[in-house]
Amino acid sequence: MDAGVFGNRSNSVRVAAVYSMTSNSNPSRKAAPTGGPALEEARLRQQAIGVKLRHMFDEVVNEPVPDEFLDILRRADERPDGGA
Amino acid sequence: MSGASSPPPKPPSADDNAFKRELVALIPHLRAFARTLTGDPTAADDLAQDAMMKAWDARASYQMGTNMKAWTFMILRNQFYSEKRRSWRQSQLDQEAAERTLVAVDDPESPVALDELRLALATLPEEQREALILVGAGGFAYEEAAEICQCAVGTVKSRVSRARKALQATLERGGYARDGRAAGDAMRSILADADRLSSVRG
Repeated sequence: MDAGVFGNRSNSVRVAAVYSMTSNSNPSRKAAPTGGPALEEARLRQQAIGVKLRHMFDEVVNEPVPDEFLDILRRADERPDGGA
Repeated sequence: MSGASSPPPKPPSADDNAFKRELVALIPHLRAFARTLTGDPTAADDLAQDAMMKAWDARASYQMGTNMKAWTFMILRNQFYSEKRRSWRQSQLDQEAAERTLVAVDDPESPVALDELRLALATLPEEQREALILVGAGGFAYEEAAEICQCAVGTVKSRVSRARKALQATLERGGYARDGRAAGDAMRSILADADRLSSVRG
């Protein structure tokens, strides 16, 4: 977990490395866009946003479905065809 | 997708039962998509229920074995936009809904960065937001997202790409800082959270 080693790492560890780099730097200063490392960091940031986005969506997917949904569907089933 | 021959109404059949099983399995996904479109849990469940019933009523026009998830998402999306067109106050309500949602999700279990992501998402143009959600969170291929949004695949690709850039820029700027936290903290907490989430998942 040493942030100084950049070898064959999992995504989560790479994100952690970028995180610790950013949090150690002065927050009022922007990192200078200097080619490779800046591009790599942008890529990791996009990846982090993607993880969060999926998590946000999955949180709702994993919620229990309110009974209302199944009740409505059941009532639709019992409703006479074409009837009001 | 084009109605070739419309079958006559029939009593509940094995097909109906299979259709219903698939539809029920999709409810959680419909709820999640509706939540991202409306930003409001109550309005989202109303929308998801309407879409579910529309799909049920239209089951005769669905070809079993094709992509039912994309089909129901398209129904839900159409429903959302047709309701929106009917309501001239909708954009104002959206704003209020976004604020209510932020309060609603403000529980200690939920990481703060999720709120920031929701806020940043709310600043995106609608068509960019839905494209990003479908591809980036819903797990749809560009082709499927294009089918759902009834637009060209290239259009979806460019919307997703613009949405990603805009989202990152908004998070880096942290222009919506609240609770006295400094602007710019948004991206950092997103990175920390993403790291935590991916470690949990293994």
